[in-house]
Amino acid sequence: MGHQQQDVYFVPSKSYWPIVAAVSMFVTVFGAAHWLNAQPGEGGFGKPLFWVGIAMILGMFFGWFRSVINESLAGNYNGQVDRSFRMGMMWFIFSEVMFFGAFFGALFYARLFAVPWLGGEGHGVLTHQFVWQGYEAAWGASGGGGPEKIGGSFQTIPAWGLPLLNTLILLSSGVTITIAHHALKAGHRKTLLIGLGATVLLGCLFLWFQAHEYAEAYEHFNLTLGSGVYGATFFMLTGFHGMHVTLGTIMLAIIWVRCAKGHFSKDDHFGFEAVAWYWHFVDVVWLALFLFVYVL
Amino acid sequence: MAHAATHDHHDHHGAPKGFFQRWVMSTNHKDIGTLYLIFSLTMFFIGGAFAMVIRAELFKPGMQLVQPYFFNEMTTMHALVMIFGAIMPSFVGLANWMIPLMVGAPDMALPRMNNLSFWIMPFAFILLLSTLFMPGGGPAGGWTMYPPLSLQGESIAYTIFAVHLMGISSIMGAINIIATILNMRAPGMDLLKMPVFVWSWLITAFLLIAVMPVLAGAVTMLLTDKYFHTNFFNAAGGGDPVLFQHIFWFFGHPEVYIMILPAFGIISEIIPTFARKPIFGYRAMVFAIASIAFLSFIVWAHHMFAVGLPMGAEIFFMYATMLIAVPTGVKVFNWVSTMWGGSMTFETPMLFSIAFVILFTIGGFSGLMLALAPADFQYHDTYFVVAHFHYVLVTGAAFSIMAAAYYWIPKWSGNMYSETWGKIHFWSSVISVNVLFFPQHFLGLAGMPRRIPDYNVAFANFNMISSIGGFWFGASQLIFLGVVIHCVFFSKKKAADRSWEGAKGLEWTVPSPAPFHTFDVPPVIHDDELAHGNTEH
Repeated sequence: MGHQQQDVYFVPSKSYWPIVAAVSMFVTVFGAAHWLNAQPGEGGFGKPLFWVGIAMILGMFFGWFRSVINESLAGNYNGQVDRSFRMGMMWFIFSEVMFFGAFFGALFYARLFAVPWLGGEGHGVLTHQFVWQGYEAAWGASGGGGPEKIGGSFQTIPAWGLPLLNTLILLSSGVTITIAHHALKAGHRKTLLIGLGATVLLGCLFLWFQAHEYAEAYEHFNLTLGSGVYGATFFMLTGFHGMHVTLGTIMLAIIWVRCAKGHFSKDDHFGFEAVAWYWHFVDVVWLALFLFVYVL
Repeated sequence: MAHAATHDHHDHHGAPKGFFQRWVMSTNHKDIGTLYLIFSLTMFFIGGAFAMVIRAELFKPGMQLVQPYFFNEMTTMHALVMIFGAIMPSFVGLANWMIPLMVGAPDMALPRMNNLSFWIMPFAFILLLSTLFMPGGGPAGGWTMYPPLSLQGESIAYTIFAVHLMGISSIMGAINIIATILNMRAPGMDLLKMPVFVWSWLITAFLLIAVMPVLAGAVTMLLTDKYFHTNFFNAAGGGDPVLFQHIFWFFGHPEVYIMILPAFGIISEIIPTFARKPIFGYRAMVFAIASIAFLSFIVWAHHMFAVGLPMGAEIFFMYATMLIAVPTGVKVFNWVSTMWGGSMTFETPMLFSIAFVILFTIGGFSGLMLALAPADFQYHDTYFVVAHFHYVLVTGAAFSIMAAAYYWIPKWSGNMYSETWGKIHFWSSVISVNVLFFPQHFLGLAGMPRRIPDYNVAFANFNMISSIGGFWFGASQLIFLGVVIHCVFFSKKKAADRSWEGAKGLEWTVPSPAPFHTFDVPPVIHDDELAHGNTEH
């Protein structure tokens, strides 16, 4: 790739957005840490500080992206900059894969090792003899005589109801965004807007069902964050995925607005593609979730 | 607010005038590199001050100066500050300064993100260090943050968020470095003509992107265990504290190589210059770095031999760990072979590099001893481990950074440093560091545990020797500070463009000090300018 060269390089001008970003992040996490440590009923400045930080981050994203979009529309970015952006997005998605990898690793370890060991599997595991005698290990169910925090009595979400529906929704959204991409390349702006709009709506629908599922879990299934390691891995994995879907949906909506304003051309639409990659990534993570969290 | 950086344009303007505009809003890889280096030097002294507290307390048996909890805060903070604040940012600073110069690029691929990567760091460390002044104190459960110990106290939330910020900074920095190396090379700078330092950073950046998110995931689970009633690491909820150790060390072992691979790159630049010979086995060096990086992903449990792993796992991780000695041996062999028959001179960077080869190898051998699972049951959590990782991190990573600073400071500042004081710094450091850490091997083998403020009187003599070495080593670094300040601000001796007689590579073709903008247009590369220009033939 080093051989496709430009005559001149592009170096962006100085910018205050990075320092705004760094300060915003600091304010957010400093507030969050204070908030987490506040005693119940005690006010403290943590909570307001956290929300101020979040507002600053949103403002920063708005301002930073606006300046980048304006530079892009002004035609300042050459092919080399475009390749740098692409690499940046690809490696960012790779880092996200590894982030989810940590939580999947926790799921596999808990399910294949930690819980069976508590149930007496393997050699020299003494907890089963001396601490929780007679505990029969089972994943996603409350065995009798087990560790007190392993969940009490809770039920798991059946895979073939809402989760299946959500799988179909996300898979369809993968199709609609591909239709939109092809339309963008072919210059059919109307199909582009419809396809992309449908993707945004499907994303919202997914989130609505996911929220519904959480409400069901808490109200009727007694499945909560505190439901032992099952509840922990369940909510951590689906919750982080849900956050990514939220982020992806917001990004898609912004791209929709940009498309409606006539941004992007047949050959130059990295912003669109980056969000599409991200959406496909979120999609693939869901398939793994569906399989390992719900079905198996 | 944007402008295209055309050739004409840049000839007419240098650095921005205002302090805030130049240093805080920067998109210049040299300025950002300088910021990283100043930041890491500051953190080196802060972390060093914590180490002085540790050595002062351990000077004699019995409780001498500080409370046990404060002692534990010091061991925890010393590690966090040195790893995430001193070693890693200084390597990133060197990457910022040197990689664009070495591959003929005008700047990093994503300059604004580069600035953000830097500016997150001071805030992350304000967050981390502020816990020392809070009621309840800072984190004291060790830098590895093992639950349930680390979950006691309120500071863990601040520590976790600081780690998140550092992770974001490292990931963005690494993405930038990969994009720069893969996308910004001048025509003719083929991958296998790149300097070894650039190769080592390409692979290090990959490791960073692969494992920093895993650390973020691990500490996020700590956070939810502490504040949101989850039971990832609580056996009473079906979880397992050992799970944290697995995830942590899946990050932690590649992290060890993140802190040493760029050092390998630096040493591979310096030894050929002062031996006046091309590096022996260039391709073998590159492949050795890549194999070490690969192996780093499958050896994490050698940090956990004593937790009660199944036998099969003990044996697998033992052999996989010992396998790393093979590519590392290739590297040491090639450094020695590069020096063999060369017309060597011994300027300060070369002295530090030779010390690196010898002392890092000692650290490598004690690592091999630790890799033996049955023997590790004896060594685990003793001062032998402390001695081992300080040999690889102080006489390894930190020495390589000092070598790099002496080697490239003429290019950065345009001035030569004082060779006499550089040599005084070297000899003072290299003697004191061995007085400091070598006795710790004996203490560990005799059974002295790590992370304790008090110890059996049987360990008194070696601890006193070690502490004397520690104060001496700490004081020696003030010489380094003096040499750097003198070189940058007061030195009368101007540096030539090619500051060292045997130096090769694009960075020596630009003026000293390197102008604010270099390579506005892609340079024409002649193979004979490069250290590895003719590897294709």
